[in-house]
Amino acid sequence: VPLDVSQPLRIGNAAGFLGDWLDAPRRMVESTPVDFLTLEYLAELTLSILAHQRAKNPEHGFARDFLDVLQSIAPALARQRQLHVVTNAGGMNPLACAVAASRLLVAAGLADVRLGAVLGDDLLEHFDQLSAAGCDWRHIETGDPLPVDRSQIASANAYLGAAPIVDALAQSARIVITGRVADVSLTVAPALHRFGWKWDDWRRLAAASVAGHVIECGAQATGGYSVDWRDYPLANVGYPIAEISLDGSVVIAKTAGSDGAVNRRTVVEQLLYEIGDPRNYVTPDVTVDFTTILLDQLGDDRVGLGAFSGKRPPDSFKVSLAYRDGFTASGQLLVFGLDAVEKAHRAAHIILDRLRSIAMQPARYHVELLGAGDAVPQVSQSASFQSASFQSASFQSASFQSTSLQSATSPPVSPRREAERSRRCTELILRITAFDADRAKIERFTKEIAPLATSGPAGLAGYAAGRSSVRPVLAYWPASIPKSLLKPHAVVRSAREWIDRQGAAQ
Amino acid sequence: VNVPNPHDPNQNAPTIRLGQIAHARSGDKGNHANIGVAAHTHEGYEYLAAHLSAERVAEFFAGLSSSRVERFELPNLDALNFLLYNALDGGASRSPRIDTQGKLLGTAILELPLPSPAPERLAAMQPEAPSQRPA
Repeated sequence: VPLDVSQPLRIGNAAGFLGDWLDAPRRMVESTPVDFLTLEYLAELTLSILAHQRAKNPEHGFARDFLDVLQSIAPALARQRQLHVVTNAGGMNPLACAVAASRLLVAAGLADVRLGAVLGDDLLEHFDQLSAAGCDWRHIETGDPLPVDRSQIASANAYLGAAPIVDALAQSARIVITGRVADVSLTVAPALHRFGWKWDDWRRLAAASVAGHVIECGAQATGGYSVDWRDYPLANVGYPIAEISLDGSVVIAKTAGSDGAVNRRTVVEQLLYEIGDPRNYVTPDVTVDFTTILLDQLGDDRVGLGAFSGKRPPDSFKVSLAYRDGFTASGQLLVFGLDAVEKAHRAAHIILDRLRSIAMQPARYHVELLGAGDAVPQVSQSASFQSASFQSASFQSASFQSTSLQSATSPPVSPRREAERSRRCTELILRITAFDADRAKIERFTKEIAPLATSGPAGLAGYAAGRSSVRPVLAYWPASIPKSLLKPHAVVRSAREWIDRQGAAQ
Repeated sequence: VNVPNPHDPNQNAPTIRLGQIAHARSGDKGNHANIGVAAHTHEGYEYLAAHLSAERVAEFFAGLSSSRVERFELPNLDALNFLLYNALDGGASRSPRIDTQGKLLGTAILELPLPSPAPERLAAMQPEAPSQRPA
């Protein structure tokens, strides 16, 4: 059946991060016919976590949530011939993800469905050759040299563009599984494939990139995380759908019959989200200017976008590199009572004094009094917040004395400020976060929280959750690599072939 | 709601909350925080362009110890975008804060006090239905 390019291409995104709502993809495809379902799982540091999983098990290292989602949409894939899936669920292991997805498809009677795996973003396996070829891994903003050697790097991935996804679609893939690809390229590729736009048609590439940017964070475009949360229900929130036309016009809509909203406000909030310099929003496919875009409310839950502009992108791919940088853990206690602020400082002091006495004090720590105004440092102490939240508070002042607790990262404790908030706050969560290169020091830190249940001040609770876990710290290091050094490509096979040939070389 | 603005040399001048004339969303760009502020109306955008400077935002978020704040204008969307450099104390991976990615800053900035415009001008900056209640 020849594709009708006179109709808009409908691309719905139903996952904005690894951990997003598992039901959203199924609800979308069951109620709204889309041509492409995209599922976005990779934040800046997700790859290094997945790299850790792959190191422990060579069949892991991808977003396993995707398998649950694929199971839930398999009936729709069987019924809806137009439905395709493009996802970066492959993470650090697109091949293993393709095999696992294929097992599921075969079991669902979809053995003939073709899956493409996009490869070529993982730079760690070629790190030394790439370094020898002139890749210096300098920080993309500061120009600083990478402060660690190869052995400390947990992951290094290039943000690939739309090309290898288009390659997979051209080979009749219905499901495309990528690793690190720019989020917006998950949307740009289906549009390029459907309409056959030229690779230097910057205006239309900008249109598809903006559409991708609006939908990439899921419900954040459809009323999620909005200040208007009182104005519409969110329990069955719809996820966003971009309708892209041949001429490069875009309409944002959402799952049919769903909660949430698509209006000028929800779309503008998401247009601004994490864009940095709006005149130079760099993607691997096109550099977009957000200052020309115009919006128009076309009807209920439909917003049109137009007047796009873009220009040639840089000749390099952005690289997301992460290196191991010690260990961290956070411990929490509930502190209750009229003197909660003073008591929290004392409790933190006791913990750190005990660690110091056995030479196990962490190199860096940070103390937060959550509920007393530390969630956004100092701001929630401002006059406006006080008048909004605390006008009726009439607590007697505790006889507050500064405990002069200071950390390497906290601003100095002001006795006057502490006395002031002590008057207003009668319960809070004390949260202490510690960092050290020595895992043993962080392990010991996690064991010093619960003892306060019986050996600290009265009015502490919340230690029943058990000891907190120690996590490796992964430092994010953005770099770049010349596009000419990489060869992104796609491997496309039927589900049955993926299983038959697993373990075989690419 | 008129509250004293501690940053204003004239402490008794009436103020409004930014949230009366704008909405906002924030997130991270590595170790930088990105805060988008969109006016409810074009009149409100012009007021923000005149009064919500990079310096004013830097002062409001002094507790974040940003190295620099840059403001970008998007008059086509009646919006401003602010980049707070090195505001996240290490960013998503290394920040010791509970809000490692600066997601709360968009809610926080709605409490930034601005000088109060004349009542008829303020009315032209506020949203139509559905109601925009204080967060």
